[in-house]
Amino acid sequence: MDGVSFSVQKGEIFGFLGPNGAGKTTTMKMIQCVSPRSGGTLRVFDLDPEKHPDAIKRRIGVVPQETNLDPDFTCEGNLLTYARYFDIPADIATQRTNDLLAFVQLEEKRDVAIEKLSGGMKRRLILARALVNRPELLVLDEPTIGLDPQARHLIWERLKLLQAQGNTIVLTTHYLDEAARLCDRLVIMDNGRILERGTPAELVQRHVGNEIVELEKSDDVLACLRDMGIPFEEVGDTVLIATAHAHEIARTLLERCQPKKMLTRPATLEDVFLKLTGRRLRD
Amino acid sequence: MTAAVFFSVPRITRRAWHVWRRNLEVFVKTWKVNFFPPFVEAFLYLLAIGVGIGTYVKEIDGIPYVNFIAPSILAIAVMNSAFFECTYGSYVRMYYQKAFDAMIATPLSIEDVIAGELLWGATKSVMYVVIMLGVLALFGVVALPVALLMIPFAFLGGLLFAGLAMCFTAITPTIDALNYPSFLFITPMSLFSGTFFPLTLLPAAFQYVALAALPLTHLVAIFRMFSLPALSWAIVLHLAWLLAGAALLCVLSINLMRRRLIV
Repeated sequence: MDGVSFSVQKGEIFGFLGPNGAGKTTTMKMIQCVSPRSGGTLRVFDLDPEKHPDAIKRRIGVVPQETNLDPDFTCEGNLLTYARYFDIPADIATQRTNDLLAFVQLEEKRDVAIEKLSGGMKRRLILARALVNRPELLVLDEPTIGLDPQARHLIWERLKLLQAQGNTIVLTTHYLDEAARLCDRLVIMDNGRILERGTPAELVQRHVGNEIVELEKSDDVLACLRDMGIPFEEVGDTVLIATAHAHEIARTLLERCQPKKMLTRPATLEDVFLKLTGRRLRD
Repeated sequence: MTAAVFFSVPRITRRAWHVWRRNLEVFVKTWKVNFFPPFVEAFLYLLAIGVGIGTYVKEIDGIPYVNFIAPSILAIAVMNSAFFECTYGSYVRMYYQKAFDAMIATPLSIEDVIAGELLWGATKSVMYVVIMLGVLALFGVVALPVALLMIPFAFLGGLLFAGLAMCFTAITPTIDALNYPSFLFITPMSLFSGTFFPLTLLPAAFQYVALAALPLTHLVAIFRMFSLPALSWAIVLHLAWLLAGAALLCVLSINLMRRRLIV
């Protein structure tokens, strides 16, 4: 980690984007008072994670990247046991467990063992578990990893609802659509540094403009683009042109370069992400 | 890394009991599987060694052979139940179930979690001893009520072996590598700690090694004093050894676990 500096406002959804190994999970673990820092300052609710870990942990809810539900308990048992770790009295824990199972639509799975749940159900139960202490701040590390579209939408909807109820949410993701849809502000990280920061719309505007023209790559098309002096980027078998005037460019190209296939689309966060972090595969 | 890092006293809160309670609840849910083995084990030892070998050996130092080994059976149960709980049991919870990761996202600290595991290991020792003591008492091979004093000492012994086990769990690269301490340390210890024959039969040098390095020796000696009964002042030395060993190993194991888990 190097020069990672950020502040999260109360009530916002703040995202950390980056390829694998960028330092997102490490940042989350520092916020959760799990990983120590070798230097620098970090304050969570104005408290130092190294001096007051239990005061901080009492007020945050954590959704880890790895599914670490307790396989020796049912869905209900998982929430009740977890509530006890927060010193929540049994009667309140029972009440919250009922509410939370309803909140993540797992009421029917109350007495089901963890191993019988689908991936989406496990993630939803982990979200419920993270809410058992009524956290002011939710920390989610890849909340929808490996989920089908239905399950992702349910989680997104729930997170928006939590935000509306006044929760602050910090999340990491490498799903760009997730970041664009959820985050009020975000940072893009790579190799332990922050490359960019802003709202999703600002970032798209700043780095790729409004729209993208995509063409199928061929020698003719490349030669033609070079002749016309239009800046472009080659990605696999397509050519991308970032522009503020997609329709005019498209019309000109259609007349002068005769591309086999061409489409115009709005620029997305994915274009920004790939531009900033490159296209090299990460493990 | 200096010794101070390994032996600094960890800060543990009463929340450690939440971890203990979690393990207890899982244990109670599967109570049939858990209570049956020690029950059977006591019978098997009594039959095979007590009656089988006892037919030929008759007595040791004037003590009937079955009565001689009865406290050993209990001491070995203390060792095995705590040791295996805090090696294989804790390793599965730590590595495969990621249970410790989930716990330290709550106000529980890693020190609380490991302390809870150690307390649980010792509790398991106590439960095993209580069950097996019942069987042995039924056969009249332990002297009640003095033998009941073994129960609190089972907790102390359990804590020692739980701490020892957790040290191995903290440094083992894989679950299979836990077989080394189990077969190369625990199994020989159960045979050469004055359990099935008196320590005095061994060469003098080996007797010193057993007294210095095999914790089971001291637990067997104390248990035998209570079960015969044959109390002597030497109990103070054995008790001091166990207290020091338990304290050192538990502290060391928590610090080693912290090093393993906090990155």
